[in-house]
Amino acid sequence: MNTTQIRTMTRDFILKEFLPGERPENLTDSTELISGGILDSLATLKLVTYLEKSCGIEIAPDELVPENLNSIGHIADFVQSKQAST
Amino acid sequence: MTSATLHGYLEQSARRSPGTCAAVEASSGRQITYGEIDRLSSRVGDHLRRIGVRPADRVGICLPKSIASLAVLFGILKVGAAYVPVDSLAPPARNAFIFNDCGVRAIFVEASRAENLRYELARLAAEPRLLPLDWSDASSPLATYLARVEPEGGLTVEDESARPGPDSLAYVLYTSGSTGQPKGVMLTHRNGSSYVDWCSEILAPDESDRFSSHAPFHFDLSILDIFVPLKHGATVFLIGEELGKNPTRMASVIAERRLTIWYSTPSVLTLLVEHGSLDARDDHALRFILFAGEVFPVKHLRRLKAVVPRARYLNLYGPTETNVCTYYEIPQTIAEDRSAPFPIGRACSHVKARVIDANGRDVPRGQEGQLAISGAPVMLGYWNMPERTSAAFHVNSSGRWYRTGDVVIEDGDGVYTFRGRRDRMVKRRGYRIELGEIETALYRHPAISEVAAIARSEEAGVSIKVFYASRDGHALSLIDLKRFCAHNLPAYMAPDWFSHQQLLPKTSTDKIDYQHLMRME
Repeated sequence: MNTTQIRTMTRDFILKEFLPGERPENLTDSTELISGGILDSLATLKLVTYLEKSCGIEIAPDELVPENLNSIGHIADFVQSKQAST
Repeated sequence: MTSATLHGYLEQSARRSPGTCAAVEASSGRQITYGEIDRLSSRVGDHLRRIGVRPADRVGICLPKSIASLAVLFGILKVGAAYVPVDSLAPPARNAFIFNDCGVRAIFVEASRAENLRYELARLAAEPRLLPLDWSDASSPLATYLARVEPEGGLTVEDESARPGPDSLAYVLYTSGSTGQPKGVMLTHRNGSSYVDWCSEILAPDESDRFSSHAPFHFDLSILDIFVPLKHGATVFLIGEELGKNPTRMASVIAERRLTIWYSTPSVLTLLVEHGSLDARDDHALRFILFAGEVFPVKHLRRLKAVVPRARYLNLYGPTETNVCTYYEIPQTIAEDRSAPFPIGRACSHVKARVIDANGRDVPRGQEGQLAISGAPVMLGYWNMPERTSAAFHVNSSGRWYRTGDVVIEDGDGVYTFRGRRDRMVKRRGYRIELGEIETALYRHPAISEVAAIARSEEAGVSIKVFYASRDGHALSLIDLKRFCAHNLPAYMAPDWFSHQQLLPKTSTDKIDYQHLMRME
């Protein structure tokens, strides 16, 4: 899976699950997800579960940090690095 | 100068200055002098006696705000009966419930609404006498009505031994209880006059003052509007239901009629600054702007102060059960970065206030507790609800204390700050959340003009839903709203849902209608 694909599926998931009714163009690759109040702890866990299933990776609890998950850009980079290391 | 009865204020002013204008209908421009309204209300009283109304009876008022309804109100008081005002635009079934609940002997009703009301009363097997006033063909519906019924004659002897005194019931105001069933708050002449006399002390009105009467008569704000101007020989401008919802026309009335004292809810004042052309006029005569009934968002108050800088602003606080019991004067300048609402202030001179815990013990200063009030303006009780009445009071050796249900903190100077309604505090994920705090934070958002937060208990726990209206009428980006909350509220207070509305629903008393919001999905 390339970065673009990961970005697209992550964006679609967040829009559908956590931002119903939001215009897709408002959610950019750099929109702050955790510090911006879009993902609370429960939502973050939902997103992680989704990424694990659909990307075939395992995310350790200590990896659930804003540096990895605070934007769609961060997430795509993080997921790709996980895929590369497995 | 005080009076043992509320109608005594009118009678005294009528003796002093019979030719002075007492009241003006702001829409029609129709007016009436003190001498005329005193005589007109006496004729109402005579008619009520003739049809069998006796002291301590209740008489309903289901009329539009007008000179007629004002004269009717005083006529009822003059017989020694209590007036029971309702919202004439409310569903007839609700009004019938109220009139039946407190067993009114007669009801003054707008003729066009009489049939529906009669039908609903009949369903409850209630048969009070309906006294219909017809607005369609007469400029003075009350005088026309009296001229028609007076020749019928009948017994008019006044029972001297049953003259109303300070402890007679004067009015019953129905408030919508949290349970959904309206409850009747019983107030005596002394309850009302102690408050009116306090207003005299604070406002120092004279005959040159021109008061607004914006609140409908079934709302406790109206007690100031009705009795304070008439006590002082001033003039009251009656703002009816239609005009009261039209900010542009209200702004014209304020300027052209040179009103000196305005009293309404913050929602109405917000409407005036946001949508009225109040700012286009710099010739206001306003010397006092009074507001009560809900928290005034600071950003709207700041704009209002910029538009009308010379007036003094008083935040009045009090439930219907006590009417105003604390007050706070807003300082001349409001700090640019202030968004916290102003305190509700000090206890008025005619009441005593305490902050108590659930067991009625005093809470130390600086700690949250429930505000309790005792003194002359505190209600007799709820009509026909002895259990609810005794539950509302904490009685000890220092008196009978009405528990307001409002949580406050007292600072060192005896100034109280409102923290929230006991019933608007919810617990979510172990945190206690005051819904008003979420509203205060969101009012800081520049694009938001109105906001209301409600909590719902759901399977997964308590969820918080925010309804808002925006300046430009468009929904805001959810990402923007969530980011704003993340920067202005602790995470545990972040709302779960946002719902955009063109305007938030209002009650007939011009407050945000939370019960309506609770029913919305």
